[in-house]
Amino acid sequence: MNELAQQIVSGLATGSIYASMALALVLIYRSMGVINFAQGEMAMFSTYLAWQFAQQGMPLWIAFPLTIAIAFAGAVALERVVVRPVERAAPLTVVILCLGLLITFNGLAGWIWGYTVRTFPSPFPTTPLHIGSAAFSSQDLGIIAVSLLSLGAISLFFGKTKLGLAMRAAALYPESSRVLGVRVGWMLALGWGMAAAVGALSGLMVAPVVLLEPNMMQGILVYAFAAAVLGGIDSPVGAVVGGLALGVGLNLIGAYVPVIGTDLQLTTAFGIIIVILLFRPAGLFGRRTMRRV
Amino acid sequence: MSGMRVNKYWSVAVLALLVLVLPRFVPSYAAFELTFVGAYAIGILGLVILTGTNGQISLGHGAFFGIGGYAVAILAQKLGVPFWASVPLAAIVSGILGLGLGLVALRLEGVYLALATFALAVATPSTLKHFKSLTGGSQGLAVPSLSPPGPLHGVITSEQWLYYVTWVIAGALFLLTSIALGGRLGRALRAIRDNEVAAISFGVNPQRYKTFAFGWSAAYAGIAGAIVAIATGFVSPDTYTVALSLALVTGAVLGGIDTLWGALLGGVIVEFLPLLVQKINPAAPSVVYGIALVLFMIFLPGGIARSIQAVIHPLRLRREIHHARS
Repeated sequence: MNELAQQIVSGLATGSIYASMALALVLIYRSMGVINFAQGEMAMFSTYLAWQFAQQGMPLWIAFPLTIAIAFAGAVALERVVVRPVERAAPLTVVILCLGLLITFNGLAGWIWGYTVRTFPSPFPTTPLHIGSAAFSSQDLGIIAVSLLSLGAISLFFGKTKLGLAMRAAALYPESSRVLGVRVGWMLALGWGMAAAVGALSGLMVAPVVLLEPNMMQGILVYAFAAAVLGGIDSPVGAVVGGLALGVGLNLIGAYVPVIGTDLQLTTAFGIIIVILLFRPAGLFGRRTMRRV
Repeated sequence: MSGMRVNKYWSVAVLALLVLVLPRFVPSYAAFELTFVGAYAIGILGLVILTGTNGQISLGHGAFFGIGGYAVAILAQKLGVPFWASVPLAAIVSGILGLGLGLVALRLEGVYLALATFALAVATPSTLKHFKSLTGGSQGLAVPSLSPPGPLHGVITSEQWLYYVTWVIAGALFLLTSIALGGRLGRALRAIRDNEVAAISFGVNPQRYKTFAFGWSAAYAGIAGAIVAIATGFVSPDTYTVALSLALVTGAVLGGIDTLWGALLGGVIVEFLPLLVQKINPAAPSVVYGIALVLFMIFLPGGIARSIQAVIHPLRLRREIHHARS
């Protein structure tokens, strides 16, 4: 029983990382109708920045917020300069552009910091937390807490603030929003910024676990795809639920189903993506779309 | 028009002659590199069929590359199947799996297909590592090299022999593809890409053609993977990463995704661009690929099919825009 509880908690921890990443993907999907394939590599690059700051002796409580701020500003700039010219192009043009960004960020990180695997400082204590007779890793609990707090903040932002409302309006009804004076282009850029900030946060949380290297987010991105598809790719709530469910599910499978184990987790994620897209393309929380011809 | 056609025959003839005599004038390692150009060109030709002609994106063709490579390795090592039989078998295995993915792809559109095939690309190495008894785990398998047949022994090196074999296969596949895409099949695939509903109303069955295109394209990737495996002498899971899949897409996009020449050019780019720039830094090829993709997409907008046509036929596109305006 204790072991099961521990497995579930560590599943929730990885799951909340997938959830953050999936939410980043959903934020951009809702406003542009495309998947930002570069989301993972942008997060990886931000994480390297934080590592660089920490190397130079900056305390983590400054380095991490600074990194997130840079990720936000960088992505806003990226949207304005690079993505904006293709905003109205066919989705596949945007997909290929995002692939270009993916490859570029991956290469830049390799160029600047090399391909050596590095350890990454964890902001959480290493001593486990005892609840009853079960011991939970403080790192896992910290990851869950930070992720849930940030996801809560984002949902409050979209639900309760005027800017959040404007961003939702710009995503759903760009033309009417423009008429009402919402600066739709800037709302898209803000969406990119927020997605990158959430992504950077998940990179910072996952780096102590998977270790820092230029390809560290590729697997995470695929799990986030699976989470977003599972929850419904246009649903922020779905992304979070999908991420947590996937994290717990994969962790339990890894622990209790030796045939799949940990080697085939990515294959399982691929399988989940295919099965969901085939049989329930709207996911658990997504809207079903109809198309007139 | 007929003038253009004559030009085309001439350029193909010149190219064929060049391929024939080149190993006489370049060192053996260059023939080795040109073998890779041929193999990548075959793989990218698969993307020209699938993405360029039929409008289905695949970010996971590295997986079929891997299937081709492993098929040759397993057939040669465990069953002693000779090269001339194992490469076609690799194409068949890869093609059948491609048909399977094609059936799935029927229900996924644009971005979703990109997402699913990307996941396939990322999952490939760990899946290959898992089935150790068949794939040799993370160490991979050795692939026997190809030595020239009896009468040619001593006349040409085995690198040169593989070069000729590769380019004969490439030439045959390019010819076959050119004929197939120029006829009814190509028209149907293009019609589906441009407007599926209109294609249906003209009596084209999109399901059948789209599935077929996936299998066809995967078979080419399998052949390419088989050749690369023979040239390198081994297969290992870390060869078939997402980076390989993305390199194929990059080669296709930069070369020109809806023409056969684009596939050839793509093969040259995928082989030589990394060799050229990695002297600066091991990461330089990625940076150059990535920035090139971004620039191509920004400065040639207007939908993927159009922007890619613009890459290859800037004049024709301009003329079309001109017609549309007037």
